[in-house]
Amino acid sequence: MRSITSVLVWSCVAALGMFSVAAIAIHRGEQINAMWLVLAAVCSYAVGYRFYSKFIAAKVLALDPRRATPAERLENGRDFVPTNKWVVFGHHFAAIAGPGPLVGPVLAAQFGYLPGTIWILVGAVLGGCVQDFVILLFSIRRDGKSLSQMAKEEIGPLGGFVAFVAVISIIVILLGVVALVVVNALKDSPWGTFTIAMTIPIALFMGVYLRYWRPGKVLETSVLGFVLVMMAVVGGQWVARAPQMAHYFTLSAYWLAALIIVYGFAASVVPVWLLLAPRDYLSTFVKLGTIFILAVGIIAIRPTLHMPALTRFIDGTGPVFAGSVFPFAFITIACGAISGFHSLISSGTTPKLITRETETPMVGYGAMMAESFVAIMAMIAACTMQPGQYFAINSPAGIVGKAPEVAANTITSWGFPVLSSDMASLAKAVGEQTLYNRTGGAPAFAVGMAQIFAHSLGGETLMAIWYHFAIMFEALFILTILDAGSRVGRFMLQDALGHLWQPLGRTSWYPSIVATSGLIVGSWGYFLWQGVKDPLGGINSLWPLFGIANQLLAIVAFCVATTIIIKMNKARFTWITLAPLAWLVAVTFTASYHKIFNSNPRIGFLSHAQTLVRELNGTAPAPTAARTHELARLIFNDRLDAVVTAVLVFLVALTVADSAWQWFRVLSGGKAAETKEAPFVPTRLGASPELAHKAVS
Amino acid sequence: MRERIHNVWQLLVATLREIFDENAYSRFLAREGMASSRMAYAAFLREREAVVQRRPRCC
Repeated sequence: MRSITSVLVWSCVAALGMFSVAAIAIHRGEQINAMWLVLAAVCSYAVGYRFYSKFIAAKVLALDPRRATPAERLENGRDFVPTNKWVVFGHHFAAIAGPGPLVGPVLAAQFGYLPGTIWILVGAVLGGCVQDFVILLFSIRRDGKSLSQMAKEEIGPLGGFVAFVAVISIIVILLGVVALVVVNALKDSPWGTFTIAMTIPIALFMGVYLRYWRPGKVLETSVLGFVLVMMAVVGGQWVARAPQMAHYFTLSAYWLAALIIVYGFAASVVPVWLLLAPRDYLSTFVKLGTIFILAVGIIAIRPTLHMPALTRFIDGTGPVFAGSVFPFAFITIACGAISGFHSLISSGTTPKLITRETETPMVGYGAMMAESFVAIMAMIAACTMQPGQYFAINSPAGIVGKAPEVAANTITSWGFPVLSSDMASLAKAVGEQTLYNRTGGAPAFAVGMAQIFAHSLGGETLMAIWYHFAIMFEALFILTILDAGSRVGRFMLQDALGHLWQPLGRTSWYPSIVATSGLIVGSWGYFLWQGVKDPLGGINSLWPLFGIANQLLAIVAFCVATTIIIKMNKARFTWITLAPLAWLVAVTFTASYHKIFNSNPRIGFLSHAQTLVRELNGTAPAPTAARTHELARLIFNDRLDAVVTAVLVFLVALTVADSAWQWFRVLSGGKAAETKEAPFVPTRLGASPELAHKAVS
Repeated sequence: MRERIHNVWQLLVATLREIFDENAYSRFLAREGMASSRMAYAAFLREREAVVQRRPRCC
């Protein structure tokens, strides 16, 4: 009887999901409600989790509840701690959720809501969730080893080296790009700049409060920090209205970039307790709360999507970024569908907390589903805006023109009507002087989120507060990532340089700290500066570069996973990792080829450089000395981006080839199918009530 | 029903305490046999520093 009920319920869920996906895919020329996207997502996740993750858990990975995990075997109360599965789920989700699933879908919305939504659902259920799940389990079975270590042991030294280079590259490119998102959101915005500037003294205050006044009371300190940040958000409007104050907080993109680079360096060298840790707590607190209220807001308001299912820009002529829907939609949305960066978290802190192997589907697969749902919410926020307004905010001046009337006319001529007076009203409503040319996705997401919130809480009068709350929320995320990413990059660099000269590897030696911090911050700072100088807004060239680097890391993760599955004598199931691997190879290699060699200067780095070379060598009129200098730098940047892309793709192609060679040797019997798993040790948690209680308390 | 709500609330608090390192601090105090104080928290932060610094935060 129970099984019949189960079959009926799951048949209904699958049918509802299918009907919802059909509704969002088939509707053309009429607006649909956002709830169709929510329903399609929830049903897809439910079916994926109930059937696909269970299939992988039972047939491929053979999860064993009797096997002791490293959290139990190596328990030390510090890194290795058996922890309740829901607690680990929250911990893991807080670590993987960042600005990526918010920004990527907003940028990809230029194709319409359909391509991005389908990719988020299919990519997550069949790819991203699988990657996070299997890497987590394989790391657990190897005492919590990192992706780089697993790549080195299971594939070979080349795999380990490539994983290391890919991780460093992705960190550098990621930090440069997300810093650019903040710069574009805050430029000429005294309100936003004041709010974000205030988060620095607030974080410092939290650090001192936590260390000297209320030791260990992190939640209390985070609530206090949140109240102070909210006061800064509200107070920002008075700063913006007072000309003397506004003057100091109205900064150009160059000034903001310089300040962020200086901040990144300072944050990387000051004590952790003073800035990094409290900012991380504050950011996590705001992140979890905002994601929750955004979900409630969308479900309560059930907004209508004004963006069409598909726009004319699927042909590659989009103003937000250039490139056709394949492959660019699939590298623009990484976090939310498949993100290689998650494999670092799945092989970092999380495997050291899991109590039983049978909890890994919920943590690995489940947390990625939650992240994917955040991406769906971002897509909804972007697509509830009027498309004309969306394109006015996200299009760079180099494409639509600097003057408001010119930009509005250009966008209207694309078939997305917008009036400059409407944009002026919208800017006034959110407390900004202008919303034109705010590329990067963050301001568009903030407007969409503010519109959703304004319809549910406080009405239009609170629109400006909600907008600046959303900007603060995203910028806070990003500055936290700059702190943490610069530190992680610095440590990786110190570990590597320590092999060349031992003192450089000493993490407490100040000259080494300063040198390696300078190297990491200087590297992402260079990409940031390059983006700020880019007449096309920077996002056009840098976000795809980040997407490519992130997906290339996912390729390395899938190579490791496939190799281990083959060595487990489960070759008949390798399609669970080979299918997303093949798709990612097709997407990233195609995208890389286009980014390097495409003859359209808006897409190809080299053809853009060639266009600039022609301008430099043009006969009449000769460029000025300043323009000549600028052109030379832009040409260098284009060529540098092309080289970075080519090197990354080359290294990952070598890893794929090396992995394929390992697979061939194992499958043909030329090499023993030996994995580097830790030996089986039976769990004691099932036998001892005390330990079992400890694990869940 | 009340018990269920209570359990959910307890779980939520436990999750937040883990995310915000309060549980890690409690474990540290229990392991070292110390009471919460500035000195104890400073010692915890020193021990925790390496973990926090190397903890990646995703995009």
